[in-house]
Amino acid sequence: MTLPMGRAMREVFGETVTALADTDPRVVMLDGDLGTSTRAEIFERAHPERFLQMGIAEQNMLGVAAGMAASGFMPFISTFVAFAVVRPLDQIRVLIAQPKLNVKIIGSYAGLFVGAAGKTHQIVDDISIMRAMPNMVTISPADDVETGQAIRWAAAYDGPVYIRLVRDVTQRLFDDAYAFDVAKSVVVREGTDVTLISTGAETPRVVDAAEILAQTGTSCHVLHVPTLKPLDVAGIVAAANKTGLVVTVEEHSIIGGLGGAVAETLGEHSPTAMKRLGLQDTFGESASNADLLDRFGLSSNRVAEQVTAFLAQRARR
Amino acid sequence: MTSLPVVPDAGDIDALREAARRIRVEVVRTINTVRVGHMGGSLSEADVLAALYFGAMRIRPDQPHWPERDRFTLSKGHASVGLYATLALRGFFPVEELLTFDQADTRLQGHPDMTRLPGLDMSTGSLGMGISAAVGMALAARLAGSPSRTFTLLGDGECQEGSVWEAAMVASRYRLNRLVAIVDHNKLQQFGWQGTGHEDRLPPEEPGELVSKWSAFGWRVLEIDGHDMAQIADALASATSQTDDRPVAIIANTIKGKGLSFAEGQYLWHVKIPTPAEFAQAMAELGEPVDAEAAR
Repeated sequence: MTLPMGRAMREVFGETVTALADTDPRVVMLDGDLGTSTRAEIFERAHPERFLQMGIAEQNMLGVAAGMAASGFMPFISTFVAFAVVRPLDQIRVLIAQPKLNVKIIGSYAGLFVGAAGKTHQIVDDISIMRAMPNMVTISPADDVETGQAIRWAAAYDGPVYIRLVRDVTQRLFDDAYAFDVAKSVVVREGTDVTLISTGAETPRVVDAAEILAQTGTSCHVLHVPTLKPLDVAGIVAAANKTGLVVTVEEHSIIGGLGGAVAETLGEHSPTAMKRLGLQDTFGESASNADLLDRFGLSSNRVAEQVTAFLAQRARR
Repeated sequence: MTSLPVVPDAGDIDALREAARRIRVEVVRTINTVRVGHMGGSLSEADVLAALYFGAMRIRPDQPHWPERDRFTLSKGHASVGLYATLALRGFFPVEELLTFDQADTRLQGHPDMTRLPGLDMSTGSLGMGISAAVGMALAARLAGSPSRTFTLLGDGECQEGSVWEAAMVASRYRLNRLVAIVDHNKLQQFGWQGTGHEDRLPPEEPGELVSKWSAFGWRVLEIDGHDMAQIADALASATSQTDDRPVAIIANTIKGKGLSFAEGQYLWHVKIPTPAEFAQAMAELGEPVDAEAAR
């Protein structure tokens, strides 16, 4: 049994920010010529006067956002992670994060699923970069339900927020009863043998992996960490202590991302044997989504295999 | 040391000249005392800053967050001492506080920090960014229906940053005719290209290059002597008159280190600190009685 498919996060982005703008005149959308891809076009249709096309000039776009925020507006940024984070990084640092201005950077096309565009568009270290940035809240939602709630939380918060969204339809983890809490990680499955910690759209695949592992008698405790900063230290430590073994799984580099954050946390608070799954200090490449997940060890089956191998390795010690 | 009286009329050129002289005095005094700071660019921009803060800009120093104020971003953020001297003399904070520049716990950080000092509309310091923030402020004013105008001051070396031209393109595209970008065209950057030898540094741009570039990007361009107060005041009056729908660029031809004969046009005075003899000479040339204590 696997989790069902949800809606694409980018559709939820376009709809949610449009709905926010219906009642909040501070909301503006700044687009880097990708509104048809990020679904910011939904906003343009509803609020054309507050949809500000910035052209293919992302450094300026982030600077304009800072200036508008300083004048009381709440800009949302519409572009791909590659051009929302990496290209205008110095503008984010100096003009947005340092003065803690109220800009919402919503990066679309996070992770490996970038529509067969390959490594230029696959940013595999955005979590590492953004969570290291002082004042920057960093959120990686699991599905469409959590995406909508995280965007609404960001709009209610006064300060810079980075949310990374997946282009393609992904599995739905949560139902409508779910309530996103920026300060909390979420136990999505109870278990006793090993703790699997994940973030973003990888979490549903990890839940499926736990189901596969259950069939062979391995009981997995699964923790979803939507907020990379501020990090739920107590939740991570408690989940690790539940089993005494941790495997982190992320559609991202293992350096500095979720795996890095968990290693830092456990090293300081509760040293625990752990394994980090994700991109092993390498770039992405062109392939179908299924092939990419398989190649980088992030499909449910590959995660289950690697967890089994890790447990066997630990048992031999 | 006190703040200057508010200049009632932007046309009072003598009062603006006196404000500029006092800005230069406080720049030199501050850098001489704390032994850090960017002297050359702070002196080349002094006349423009005087004309803005004591003339053209609608501001309320006792209400630094007044929503309808005119905005200013110092895109060439390293010349912060010049802006701090201007704000202090204009009454945003005590002139004595200038001597805390770049010291622990100061509100006067090395580069402008809007989170610390009221009166700063944007944090700047990494070049090529203040103009983008200014474009955002101009867009915000238009959306909000505010009469606020936005001014930004760039360096000529800074105009080598590609993001300046991203901002210029977008400002023109949105017809932001309440946005004024002033380029402090002092013909020197920190090091720059070599001319005839190591000591001879070439200007950041070729003659006429800035005028043609800003024009090509769709801006209304005014070229002036950036040390002639009447020309500056006239240019700012024209720039804020919305004679057409274009944003306005003022290319202010200036001299790096202006006012100190030994520093003018010398690229090393980008960040040089005066000797006691140079400080005394500077004060004399600026027409300020030598402060025996500060010169010691």
